Amino acid sequence: MDMINEYRPSLMRGLKALLHRELKKWLKDPVMVVMFVLQPLIWMGLLGKSLNIGGLFSSNIIDLSQVMSLPQVVPIPGDVIINPPGLQVVLLNGTKLSQVMLANLNSTISSLSSMVMQSAFGVTDYFSFMSVGMISMIVVTTTMFSGVSIVWDRRLGFLGKVLSTPVSRAAIIFSKVLNATLRAMFQATVILVLAYLLGLQLSPSFTPINLLGIYAAVFLLSVGLSSIFVAFSIRSTRMERPMQFITLVTMPLMFSSNIFFPIQLMPEWLQVVASVNPLTYLTDAVRYLTILPTDLSAVIMDFLYLGLFASIFSIIGIILSWRYLTM
Amino acid sequence: MKEVVVRAENLTKIFNRSIVAVDHISFNVWKGEIFGFLGPNGAGKTTTINMLITVLRPTEGIASVMGYDVVKQANEVRKIIGVVPQEYTADEDLTGYENVMLCADLYGIPRDVAKRRALELLDLVDLLDFKDKRVETYSGGMRRRLELACGLINRPRVLFLDEPTLGLDVHTRAAIWDYIKRLKEEYDMTIFMTTHYLEEADALCDRIAIIDRGKIVAMGSPGELKNSLGGDVITLALKENADATEVIKSVENVKNVKYENGVYRIKVNDGEVTAPLIIDALRKRGYTVIRFSLTKPTLNEVFLEYTGRSLRDVEESKESFIAHRITLMKARGR
Repeated sequence: MDMINEYRPSLMRGLKALLHRELKKWLKDPVMVVMFVLQPLIWMGLLGKSLNIGGLFSSNIIDLSQVMSLPQVVPIPGDVIINPPGLQVVLLNGTKLSQVMLANLNSTISSLSSMVMQSAFGVTDYFSFMSVGMISMIVVTTTMFSGVSIVWDRRLGFLGKVLSTPVSRAAIIFSKVLNATLRAMFQATVILVLAYLLGLQLSPSFTPINLLGIYAAVFLLSVGLSSIFVAFSIRSTRMERPMQFITLVTMPLMFSSNIFFPIQLMPEWLQVVASVNPLTYLTDAVRYLTILPTDLSAVIMDFLYLGLFASIFSIIGIILSWRYLTM
Repeated sequence: MKEVVVRAENLTKIFNRSIVAVDHISFNVWKGEIFGFLGPNGAGKTTTINMLITVLRPTEGIASVMGYDVVKQANEVRKIIGVVPQEYTADEDLTGYENVMLCADLYGIPRDVAKRRALELLDLVDLLDFKDKRVETYSGGMRRRLELACGLINRPRVLFLDEPTLGLDVHTRAAIWDYIKRLKEEYDMTIFMTTHYLEEADALCDRIAIIDRGKIVAMGSPGELKNSLGGDVITLALKENADATEVIKSVENVKNVKYENGVYRIKVNDGEVTAPLIIDALRKRGYTVIRFSLTKPTLNEVFLEYTGRSLRDVEESKESFIAHRITLMKARGR
């Protein structure tokens, strides 16, 4: 008669069912999928394209007639070498003198420009540099909304109903974390494709296998971040809390990483922040796997850090959520 | 010998160390009965249910379902209870069938059993024709029926219904009552429900606990509770201008007679039976009854008697309802 207790609610079964629901909700709403991708797309398209840092070193920016002030240019007939203080210049001929110098300087400046870009950003165009950083950005926004969705579930009463069933509490948490992770991985793909269409320059060492590395890195960061956000939101009954948290945290998290600017050029205190910011490591790994020549040891270091971050934070997040969900 | 199915002893929930939502309540729910918690919004009904369904940890006191402690053996409790929350929790983006199957997955019911049972339940609540439609297309009554189906997928011994007809119109409400009764018969369940609708408590419940400000102020069958007010009230007037108080008092079951301005107000037990006896007695003495009425006390009067407030007044104020929910939500959010 008592067949009720024969049911074995398994973690996998519950997880599969809850995840299925999450994904179905997600795919049901293509507008949201587009919205999520739109934000980094706007950043990439506007900021990445407008911040033409390479263009700073061009003749229309640097007024050469001011760099070479007139008194140093002395018209003397015949080929003469003079050494004005601070400058070594070859003066050729009275009237053609300034044009030759300008031509020389222009080429010097443009090679200087690529040198500076190369040494600071690793690539010669800023767009390639920052557009792959947008993958980190989408991971942050996507995982943060996993927190919002758990508040929704609570407010709609769904969480309460699920909690009254014998389903494993871990399944409830993992379904949120995995959902955010899968979304982040999908959206990272979209970002990468869009960036490529907008002019991302892949390194010659790029192979499709590198994509697997990117997914792995995105996976690790997503798991770590979404565990934290889920734990943070799980007790909240109001939407405002996770929303405020998102606005509060997104910007600083992004700007204190290497998404927009290389760390080595930041003030020292910010370098310290950036070097613990997990976004730095994801961005770094993704850069090495796309636009930079693949540097295996650097990628491994990034993965070690991301792996550590993911395991520590998911354990903390899951313990916290667990404690709350088990009453 | 009645079998205790749900037991609560000094059950207490204090939010935020200051807001006492449920205040040392004790009660037993017997096997096979529909036990109702009647009270205004914010009285502590949902908080009590949430403790019984293992979602909220009691601050004090103990509670058990079929002998399993709701805190220490929460998972055992979860397996044998069904829950229909007051919110519509079914997923809008899934179909009715998918929602029931989702519930089945949460209980770990074998797929083939679940499929059979889902169809059977959807049939019982007359949703079979709509099973493949998304829930967002469902009406309020259909959603409520779907919630019932979900709550029964594990063949629960005890079904917890939290405000089962909240927000539904009168017709739909009566229809839901029929479904609840039918399902109860079909599956031989015990039902614990909360409501702030007097008619609902009266129509459905075998026994009622009136809860106000976190405390149980009265408990018993609807009939007992009404009788506890001192019975039914008969008012009558006589053609003759004489005092017949003594004649009326002599009738069995008459408890109290008041004569004012030519009108007798008589408190009696069992009004339907006593009324003809009074009329007979008066006629035998030569009196003629020219006006007569019998009023049976309603649960509203019971509520008024025990809480000093009318439940009808409480229930109509939507603003206070929302305000209270927000307060409680904040309290729970900490």
